[in-house]
Amino acid sequence: MNPFRKLWNYLRETQIWTSIVRHKYPDNPRDKSLAVLTNVFLHLHPVKTRKSGVRMSFTWCMGGLTFFLFLIETVTGILLMFYYRPTLEFAYNDIIALREHVPLGILREIHRWGAHSMVITVWLHMFRVFMTGSYKPPREFNWGVGVILLVLTMLLSFTGYLLPWDQLAIWAITVGANMAAATPFGGVEGPGTMLLKIGDVPLVHSGNDAKFGLLAGRFIGGATLLRFYVLHCIAIPFVVTLLIALHFWRVRKDGGISGPL
Amino acid sequence: MNQSNENNGVTRREFLSWFWLGWITFSVVLGGLGALVGRFLFPNVLFEKPSKFRAGAPATYAMGVDERYKDTESVWVVRNSSGIFALSTVCTHLGCTPNWLPGEQKFKCPCHGSGYRASGLHFEGPAPRPLERFAISVDETGQIVIDKSKSVKFQTDWDKPDFKLKV
Repeated sequence: MNPFRKLWNYLRETQIWTSIVRHKYPDNPRDKSLAVLTNVFLHLHPVKTRKSGVRMSFTWCMGGLTFFLFLIETVTGILLMFYYRPTLEFAYNDIIALREHVPLGILREIHRWGAHSMVITVWLHMFRVFMTGSYKPPREFNWGVGVILLVLTMLLSFTGYLLPWDQLAIWAITVGANMAAATPFGGVEGPGTMLLKIGDVPLVHSGNDAKFGLLAGRFIGGATLLRFYVLHCIAIPFVVTLLIALHFWRVRKDGGISGPL
Repeated sequence: MNQSNENNGVTRREFLSWFWLGWITFSVVLGGLGALVGRFLFPNVLFEKPSKFRAGAPATYAMGVDERYKDTESVWVVRNSSGIFALSTVCTHLGCTPNWLPGEQKFKCPCHGSGYRASGLHFEGPAPRPLERFAISVDETGQIVIDKSKSVKFQTDWDKPDFKLKV
């Protein structure tokens, strides 16, 4: 036996190897299945994929591309957080510094273009799912999860929009927050809000409506910037990650990717 | 033999009643915590500017639109033949700040193109109503006082006594 084969065989019998890999060499159906099932990252994926599942013309790979872009956004986002400070004093200058002074100045552009692309791929993914009828039972629950993920993708874009703290950012969020003021029963100018009052005292006013909750005040300011930063970097990605795991798991449980059932 | 004796005297029925009580308590506590977290996101104290400010003597205002308090207080002080009034700089469409264009004698919003006359009356673009007017008065030292916590939305309220200074 050649010495490399010998070393390889020895390594595969050490305690370190056998403690990490719980199955035998995947050269039979049982161990091939175990290779996927016993891995926390792979187990979300089905053990076997249908032929149609890897046909580009059937899936467009849009769900996979969306997940890929989410990973890109996560990695570039974490890197950007090392330099960006969400305060009135520093936010704008830190964005300039990320482009002009910090090595790899293209990082923020990658994050930005990745965000734009992710919105597009989410839409195309949903269009594909709709056109192939993949929202039909038993996959209707996963379609619902997907719609929530669409909304969260939009919210990630919306909250990220404010962080450069330039004129475009401030006025875009001003416009968005004023739309929130038109929330039915929840915004100060929304339909039905006038009905919610005790005597002459309105229950929903400019000090507690949806716009106020979004801006952390009556006007856009430092509190808004901090709030959007936390939502953008922590709160929304946390929920999105949970729902992505659920989404992938349900793809497997509901009969696999994009094939007739 | 009675099965309950084997389980410290707890029957299945008794266990299930406690089981439901436990779940109900858990749900109520979780709901309460959720409400508290929701309330947590609405601060009690805001570090925003006072809504009332002094704006100098009426005699310092010439006819037309005065922009000296636009940046600091978000107010245009306008004087015309009938008096002095305070206009909000917040576009009634979606909240941007219009620009005063002296050549065309109009306010023009850069976001979606709403246009307003010097009186604040909307005449073009998507704005649904005129610029809001703030309460305006003169204090004992003869200075104009503008109170932004009181405003009128519609043209029919423009002649209310608190919202125009006769000069």
